[in-house]
Amino acid sequence: MTGVRELDVREITAAVKDMCITANYDLPRDVYDALRAAEETEESPVGREVLGQLVENADIAAADRVPICQDTGYAVFFAEVGQDVHLIGGDFEAAITEGVRRGYGDGYLRKSVAEEPAQARRNTTDNTPAIIHTSIVPGDKVRITMMAKGGGAENMSSLNMLKPSQGWAGMSQAVVDTVSRAGSNPCPPVIIGVGIGGTIDMVTVLAKKALLRDVGSVHPDPRVAGMEAELLERINALGIGPQGLGGTTTALAVFIEEMPCHIASMPMAVNVQCHAQRHKTVEL
Amino acid sequence: MAVKKITTPLTDEVVKGLRAGDAVEITGVVYQARDSAHKRLVALIEAGDELPFELKGAVVYYMGPSPAKPGNVIGSAGPTTSGRMDAYAPLLMKHGLKGMIGKGLRTAEVKQAMIDETAVYFAATGGAGALLAKRIVGNEVIAYPELGAEAVARLEVKDFPAIVVNDCYGGDLYEEGRKEYAKPV
Repeated sequence: MTGVRELDVREITAAVKDMCITANYDLPRDVYDALRAAEETEESPVGREVLGQLVENADIAAADRVPICQDTGYAVFFAEVGQDVHLIGGDFEAAITEGVRRGYGDGYLRKSVAEEPAQARRNTTDNTPAIIHTSIVPGDKVRITMMAKGGGAENMSSLNMLKPSQGWAGMSQAVVDTVSRAGSNPCPPVIIGVGIGGTIDMVTVLAKKALLRDVGSVHPDPRVAGMEAELLERINALGIGPQGLGGTTTALAVFIEEMPCHIASMPMAVNVQCHAQRHKTVEL
Repeated sequence: MAVKKITTPLTDEVVKGLRAGDAVEITGVVYQARDSAHKRLVALIEAGDELPFELKGAVVYYMGPSPAKPGNVIGSAGPTTSGRMDAYAPLLMKHGLKGMIGKGLRTAEVKQAMIDETAVYFAATGGAGALLAKRIVGNEVIAYPELGAEAVARLEVKDFPAIVVNDCYGGDLYEEGRKEYAKPV
């Protein structure tokens, strides 16, 4: 067993608990800076007022150690488990779930998960289960990213099974249409994650993963970077503005993740993220 | 921006003085109610039963807070998406509801009911729950505690900031604001 590292899953539980709390109290620096920059460029006085409130809100949440938003989200995880790690002391997924339970309890976070969605809609009372996407990767580390995904913006997301003949023109229009229809509902300024390719399941995961990039970062592939810039310009020309009250800052960023698809398909998913883009990553 | 100070309960005169785009600060009592609470309130009205609070002149706040930390009046307390309450709002307005605080688009039926019943829809800043909680100075759950964050609470607010989106004349800031800043690409 040379080269295999043991990791007690209780360390995972502790790390997940911390991530749930800090993700909800501390707005990431990149988003904070983007909101402040938008305050300078926004043309609408009401829009500037709203952006100022969002900056002040982030300051209050961080200082008082309270949630940025009362919707503290469904807890979504992306876990990369090194193939040279041997997990001991319990079940991997149960360890993450327990971390969510403790984080949402001890951190005074809102429990926003309902079971039997079509009928009873009973609150599970501890914000579990978690959504966990796991991949096995080379190495002997475990890297876990936690997102607190609010419901209002998630509801405005879309899945589009397009025809290949529609091309980029049809696809880009479908992205813009999704944001246009959403209007004020997802708490703009939004961040837009676009998944392109794969299958119906994978394209939505790509869209969600796209949201993990830092606002202000440029895609390493200039072709994709150009697509992102075009979409951002078109979305900000819609006039929706901060909170939908009119303005020039509708989105802070558009991020694309793509992969090959079937010759008959052209899947595209838009995952809409509100300005309270909360996520944390830990490596164990 | 000039701010209009208003107090609750709202009268027709106050509602008639508000126009889409006005910035307001609300002081007085507002009632916290969201999805499940609305379902129950409407069931009570339809059954002819008494409501847990007086609807005449009332303002509801579409909101479900995070739990309050010890010593705090309330947890984070920003608006939720109002559209989910559209199915219930016209009936509540018919029975005296004068104001709604939330965020996001309303249906044509709800906007028409605001004209017919002289009512108003305010947007508070979504995702500013920590800031808005500072303007809530009293908080008492008055119905459905078993619903947790979805319970009905009597909230005392002081200078609570909001913007008039839909007025009783058919004005709609979401439409007008968007038109003003849309650009050709």
